[in-house]
Amino acid sequence: MKKGDRHTPPHTTGMQEGPLAPRESRWQEFWRLLRRNRLAFVGLVIFVAFFLIAVGGLALTSGTKPVFDPAMVRLQEKLRPPLSEPRLEDLRPAEIPTLGIYLLGTDDLGRDVFSRMLQGAWVSLTVGFVAVGIAVLIGIVMGGIAGYFGRNPVRVDHILVVFIVSVGAGLLMGGVFWAGGVLLVIGCASVLVQRWWKKARGKQSVPPVIRLLSQETFSIDTLIMRFVDIMLCFPVFFLILTVVALLPASMYNIMIVIGMTSWMGTTRFVRAELLSLREQDFVTAAKALGVRDWRIIFRHMIPNAMAPVLVSATIGIASAILIEAGLSFLGFGVPPPHATWGNILSDGKRFIFDAPWLTFIPGCAILIVVLAFNLFGEGMRDILNPKLRERY
Amino acid sequence: MLSFIGRSIIQKIVTLFFVMVISFLIIHLAPGEPSQVDPLNPKFTPEMVERFRKAFHLDEPLHVQFVYFYRDLFTGKTVSWKDNEPVLKKIGERFLNSLPLFIVGTILTWTLAFPIGIRSAIARGGVYDRSATFFSYLLYSIPGFFFAYILILVVVNAFHVPVIGMKTFGFGGVSVLRIVMDRVWHLLLPSVLGATVGIAVLSRYVRSQMLEVEGQDYVRTARAKGLPSEQVHYKHALRNALLPFVTMFGLMLPALIGGSVIIESIFAWPGMGRMAYEAILARDYPIILSVNFISAVLVLIGTFISDLLYMVVDPRIRL
Repeated sequence: MKKGDRHTPPHTTGMQEGPLAPRESRWQEFWRLLRRNRLAFVGLVIFVAFFLIAVGGLALTSGTKPVFDPAMVRLQEKLRPPLSEPRLEDLRPAEIPTLGIYLLGTDDLGRDVFSRMLQGAWVSLTVGFVAVGIAVLIGIVMGGIAGYFGRNPVRVDHILVVFIVSVGAGLLMGGVFWAGGVLLVIGCASVLVQRWWKKARGKQSVPPVIRLLSQETFSIDTLIMRFVDIMLCFPVFFLILTVVALLPASMYNIMIVIGMTSWMGTTRFVRAELLSLREQDFVTAAKALGVRDWRIIFRHMIPNAMAPVLVSATIGIASAILIEAGLSFLGFGVPPPHATWGNILSDGKRFIFDAPWLTFIPGCAILIVVLAFNLFGEGMRDILNPKLRERY
Repeated sequence: MLSFIGRSIIQKIVTLFFVMVISFLIIHLAPGEPSQVDPLNPKFTPEMVERFRKAFHLDEPLHVQFVYFYRDLFTGKTVSWKDNEPVLKKIGERFLNSLPLFIVGTILTWTLAFPIGIRSAIARGGVYDRSATFFSYLLYSIPGFFFAYILILVVVNAFHVPVIGMKTFGFGGVSVLRIVMDRVWHLLLPSVLGATVGIAVLSRYVRSQMLEVEGQDYVRTARAKGLPSEQVHYKHALRNALLPFVTMFGLMLPALIGGSVIIESIFAWPGMGRMAYEAILARDYPIILSVNFISAVLVLIGTFISDLLYMVVDPRIRL
């Protein structure tokens, strides 16, 4: 989403005499404040550099004949320290490292740590971004529903339909095809019947059975926020570890699991923002114009609620990278032939006294990247929040 | 007050029920069964698997298993699948091992974070504040396992003391002082590691809370009437800034059982975290579910206590 072509914020369209547009656009202001906050600026620079390295690393280390081969085993060259020259007489021509030097040393199988680090950068980057992307998506949708439709009640028939459909789907997955299929069909049919009923009957008097079915129980807001409470009861790292250990090992499972267990914060932020935005005039105006609900939420309200979400997403990327590294360290990460920073470190820990670079290079890389994301995120929090800004 | 307590207890019980259901489903819907963990073990014949499934009700439908499992848990009869030990006894033993780590870690966190945070709030923008900020980000960002190895390298090289495990093996026949010092060295590193993130986060929080209060009108009034700055900072500002931290006593509760999987496995510390990790590796479902259940109960009790404390301490809050 480009911020520049968004509709102008309400305070710039006032009806004062003469145009009072701000002298600098939001982006210019953001940039100026960012330049002043030195730590956050350094964070952004490292973030961009990391992004370029990861993308470049993917290009240089993948394919059948990569420029830097992270899987090339040279047993005669194991545990060489960083910046050491390869012993050319022991190597076949294909085994000579591309740079003519082991820039970051070699590991216990003689693989070039530099190319393994390049390959691992992409894993860290994608795990961070995809996991947080999933979390933010779930968070915005759940928070949007809770904040905007929160007052709408859930009726008894809604609960019944959801119950029937989920039991049906569960039975289908559990292998009971016949009963499951019938329940699913009943569930879907009842949804259709309800829609038809609403259209056909309009506002006539209804028999008591139907009235019982449309009894209001609790609000949507209660439903979603209680679900958030339930999710917050689980010990997160332990839950991720359990699920990752039970599922087959793959990078995508890790991303999805981290994403599915870290959306609760975003939901709360978005809900809180929407609750206050809902009372503002521009939302009332949009409603008066007959704009559809979903368009109001995603076009008018969410962009105004993005600041805390962006901040928590940036910090969330940092913690997702840390979680992935921790999982790799425990041996539950991305499966072995693929290098990640976590499993380079985890393999290297056995040689910590003989080959400390195998611990320190990936460790420092994780530290620097996570630190950059945290600094940039915190800096953004100060910049985007005018209340905090004036104090410094 | 009473109605609030009643309402939130009911709410928490409902939440707990759903936590029980969801964790049970996650465990049982995941592919793979405990009987498939060790297919190459010759002792694991099909008859054994069948007996095993019968003994632990694994051949029943899922909802029956659910009822059986939680009935056993509440009556304390759940046994580990791995060694047939009662789960609660195992958890109790490991809990006692994790407890010292938790206590020392908490003491370190609270005694270090407050002075650091308060001082950097008072001297905001200065060299001290900026370096404290940077270091707290650094501690917050450093991967725990990496920091653990740095500390091990430093301590082992500089002091020549063993740090892995709970105590040095076969260390009998020496003076009491040596044994106590040995225990202290073994305890020190894991608890420092457990406290690092806490110190970083809490000191930032103290700082922002303190800044918030320092901007209030009553602090300006206190300063304007000529009070010495110590009195303004520590009597007028600090006491009000401390309010939210009272609630943290409640929120600390879940950490009691959490234990850190990574730190405990690096230091070979036989605590809760490592037991949970081993249970996951062995697919020992009763232990995984029990740990999950207990920690959910602690989270709920913790939030309940913190709500109550907040109401008691701050009369402006009416829930």
